[in-house]
Amino acid sequence: MAVTSSGTAKVTLPADDQILITREFDAPRDLVFKAWTTPELVARWWAGDRGKVTRIDIDLRVGGAWRYVMEASDGGFEVAFHGEYREIVPSERLVTTEVFEGMPDAAAVDTLTLTEQDGRTQLSLLVQHTCKEHRDAHIESGMEDGMQEAMDALEQVAVSLR
Amino acid sequence: MPSVARAATTADAFNAVAEPRRRQILDALAGGERPVNDLVHALGMAQPQVSKHLRVLREVGAVEVRDEGRQRLYRLNGHALKPIHDWVKSYERSWSERFNQLDAVLEELKQKEQGDGSDE
Repeated sequence: MAVTSSGTAKVTLPADDQILITREFDAPRDLVFKAWTTPELVARWWAGDRGKVTRIDIDLRVGGAWRYVMEASDGGFEVAFHGEYREIVPSERLVTTEVFEGMPDAAAVDTLTLTEQDGRTQLSLLVQHTCKEHRDAHIESGMEDGMQEAMDALEQVAVSLR
Repeated sequence: MPSVARAATTADAFNAVAEPRRRQILDALAGGERPVNDLVHALGMAQPQVSKHLRVLREVGAVEVRDEGRQRLYRLNGHALKPIHDWVKSYERSWSERFNQLDAVLEELKQKEQGDGSDE
């Protein structure tokens, strides 16, 4: 089935301790929120192309916990994240803490914001770390996961910089 | 001022760009070449500070300078910043992959909604 992609994710670094991820979706925001917070649905997208989701726990209430686990396709090791919901405005805003279990000291606060226009949703996910070192490590960890595609990525970057 | 003859490493570029003021300078130069005075004005910083930051950026090759008449003109050197670009790009790619899968989930949810005409 052909699925029209609404473009690629855009990552920027607004401050030393922040990461901002933005993307537009061709769907109303209540559906995006649903896909973001329903375990069976999260299980279908969260690992991307990098592995297989093995567990998604979501207790969607303020103070409730979440935990996502995936098995990376290269090497079969487990990658797990967990956190706690801090603020929930259905279909609009979700604030959670996020800890990568491989780096338990580096807790971040993620703020998901969804805005809708003409049936399309603009998603923004702000990851707020406590310091630059943790922020940088966070980005690097994402890089290791993707080592198998790194060569492709580099090629694309090289082309885009031409 | 003697020029420092050494190859800038990736780590140098990362450190140079870690400073918020230096990132402001890079942003200001993103639109094109500018003289120092222009940067001083745009950033609202004292000239010695701007010059100090520009020196660090020059040392890692992030900016280049040329003299034109009495003015020193600075411009970005995208090549030196490429390692940083790559670093973020790889992370960005992992999110793009996720979001592509999410697109497929959303497409299905939309069809389901249209199909049963009620919102449960």
